[in-house]
Amino acid sequence: MIAVLRLIWLVPLVPFLGAAALGFAGRWLSRRAVGVVACGSVALAFLLSIAAVGALSGDLAGLAGAPGMSVDPGARRVTVHLAEWLAVGGPGGVSAAWRFLLDPLSAVMILVVTGVGLLIHVYSIGYMAGEERGYARYFSFLNLFTGMMLLLVLGANLPVLFVGWEGVGLCSYLLIGFYYTEEWCADAGKKAFLVNRIGDMGFLLGALSLFTAVGTLDIGSILNGAAAGQAAGGGVTGRVALAASLLLFAGAIGKSAQIPLYVWLPDAMAGPTPVSALIHAATMVTAGVYMVVRMGALFAVEPLALGVVAGIGAATAVYAATIGCAQTDIKKVLAYSTVSQLGTMFMGAGVGAFGAAIFHLVTHAFFKALLFLGAGSVIHALGGEQEMGRMGGLRERLPITYACMLAGALAIAGVIPFAGFFSKDEILWGALSTGRVAIWLVGIGGAGLTAFYVFRLIFLVFHGEARDPALAEHAHESPRLMTVPLIILGLLSVFGGWIGAPKVLSLGGDWNRIGHWLAPALAPAEGALRAAGHSAAGEIGAMIVSLILAGAGIGLAWGFYRSHPEWLERFTARFDPLVRLARAKYHVDEAYGRLFVQPYFTLCRTAREFDARGVDGLVNGVWRAVDVAGHFGRYVQTGFVRNYALYLLIGAILLLYWVLP
Amino acid sequence: MSLFWILLLSAALFTIGVLGVLLRRNAIVILMAVEVMLNAANLTLVAFARHLGSADGQILAFFVMTVAAAEASVGLAIVLAAFRLRRSVDVDAFNRMKW
Repeated sequence: MIAVLRLIWLVPLVPFLGAAALGFAGRWLSRRAVGVVACGSVALAFLLSIAAVGALSGDLAGLAGAPGMSVDPGARRVTVHLAEWLAVGGPGGVSAAWRFLLDPLSAVMILVVTGVGLLIHVYSIGYMAGEERGYARYFSFLNLFTGMMLLLVLGANLPVLFVGWEGVGLCSYLLIGFYYTEEWCADAGKKAFLVNRIGDMGFLLGALSLFTAVGTLDIGSILNGAAAGQAAGGGVTGRVALAASLLLFAGAIGKSAQIPLYVWLPDAMAGPTPVSALIHAATMVTAGVYMVVRMGALFAVEPLALGVVAGIGAATAVYAATIGCAQTDIKKVLAYSTVSQLGTMFMGAGVGAFGAAIFHLVTHAFFKALLFLGAGSVIHALGGEQEMGRMGGLRERLPITYACMLAGALAIAGVIPFAGFFSKDEILWGALSTGRVAIWLVGIGGAGLTAFYVFRLIFLVFHGEARDPALAEHAHESPRLMTVPLIILGLLSVFGGWIGAPKVLSLGGDWNRIGHWLAPALAPAEGALRAAGHSAAGEIGAMIVSLILAGAGIGLAWGFYRSHPEWLERFTARFDPLVRLARAKYHVDEAYGRLFVQPYFTLCRTAREFDARGVDGLVNGVWRAVDVAGHFGRYVQTGFVRNYALYLLIGAILLLYWVLP
Repeated sequence: MSLFWILLLSAALFTIGVLGVLLRRNAIVILMAVEVMLNAANLTLVAFARHLGSADGQILAFFVMTVAAAEASVGLAIVLAAFRLRRSVDVDAFNRMKW
């Protein structure tokens, strides 16, 4: 059993093999075989993850001194050395090896990635059944995406992490632009890739600045250096830590779609809906949160770095929620919801509640995958319709989808005892208990807005009369391949939160399993920050406030979209400019277009003109000169032998004249 | 006989050869003119050999004669081939090698 820890590198490798098999041989496989290979590889990775995490939670003492591994039983940290890579300067020099790190943090991540990823793979078989082209291509990319994410979370040094980091960016490009014959889909893929590249540049600079300062790229050594620097004033000094953590955070901003680089995520809706679920829940956007938590001890060196993380997270949380309230496309609402929820996670990490951030990442993976797959089920039932203005009254026609999405909505709104409540409140309590009242206020504001827009979605889609009866008439519940993953995710959204129930709600026990599980991995980062006193009364008070706000949000949505439509009319009339601004996404895309895209195009056009006129002109000038010279020179060639003899004579005479004294 | 007169004769012969090459149109006559030029050069070589009391010039003259024989055979072969092509040995009829 414990030997599986030595094979931890198989977890990302198996989906890679699946992707390779489907990518190279997929066209000769039947659809059934494609589905089996795709789901089988992820299922195998999931089983391996379970076995590895089981072994990790057991007694690790027996592994001490095993070849190719280093084990720290106290911190539950296992590092497996697979092969050398980028070795420079011999044994004492620098090397970035294929090393894999399994500790409680990456254990949680691989379980989420493979578990939720598996459900999305299964769902995709049903969702993509009607697809005529690219069936194997789709599943190949899906497998590659999962593998890259696993590589990212298991990488023990920054280069390996970076391979996964770039890999998920590539896969998001491939999958968002899956319908590449549609120009806007291909454009959305490019946008995602390019915006991510901006952040990736920051990540790379951060990693290299750490390398210059510490002389290693191994994550453990860097974090030890940061901790030592904190203690002794050496190692990673404050300024280096600040610069490096802000640069790394720039990468996280790009990957996890925070202000100002969130613009790619809403456009990522161009891909098939299960891809959105995969991007938003299991892979890709959670990478930024994971990386910040993983490097938590580095961020903790300078309070300013964590302050920036918390500030940007809180701002994004409430900002994206306001846009989500005004969107009419069902997937756009969920996309902005993800941006907002990721902001909440960064807010948690920024106030030092790293465990709460990861806990929210897990529960968010459950309910956001559920909401997206549910939205996919609705879109599937309506033959591709995404406008909520044409839906309505689907409750009876899609009972399973409705029940599951309702569970997801309650979870994201933070209603007790659904999953989102526990994780969100742990983050909010983390902010309040460390005295960051402003962050807390923004956080509960965002939570109220979240409850509003998600129930706006539920009421618009499932309740009331069908706005487009012709469309609703043909609606039918999705096949079982799609509903079973929905039901599993629904159960996880209902009960998944109890793995992290706070102590005050544990009826005298202590049910915060995930907190205790993560504690050894996060202790270096959280240690300094979580010294604040714990007040049970305060915690319960904060919970009541956020529950009231969630209730208010749901009630307002009920009022606006069910019981009193005239309220909505009066509200939109009163705040017309604001509503229109939010519906237009605050014109940020247009502003970026003016500020960056257009000037860049102008630069490109100038460069093209310079190339066409300057560089090409030079080259063309050379051949024109030769052409003209030849044009006149050719008259010398008369073809008459005696002329040539005369030239010879003249040449000989001139030569003699020159040679003779 | 002094060297001067011999060189003068040689120069005259060479000039006659050059003018023959430049002015005549019959390919065979041009070849003969070339032979005249070569022999003018030979005469110079032999004259200097005698004047300087060295055999080098005379030996070189033999080589020139050998080369001239080879040149004449190749040249005549070309003229023959050209004649078969055009039924003429007028060099101005062969002016196709140009732009």
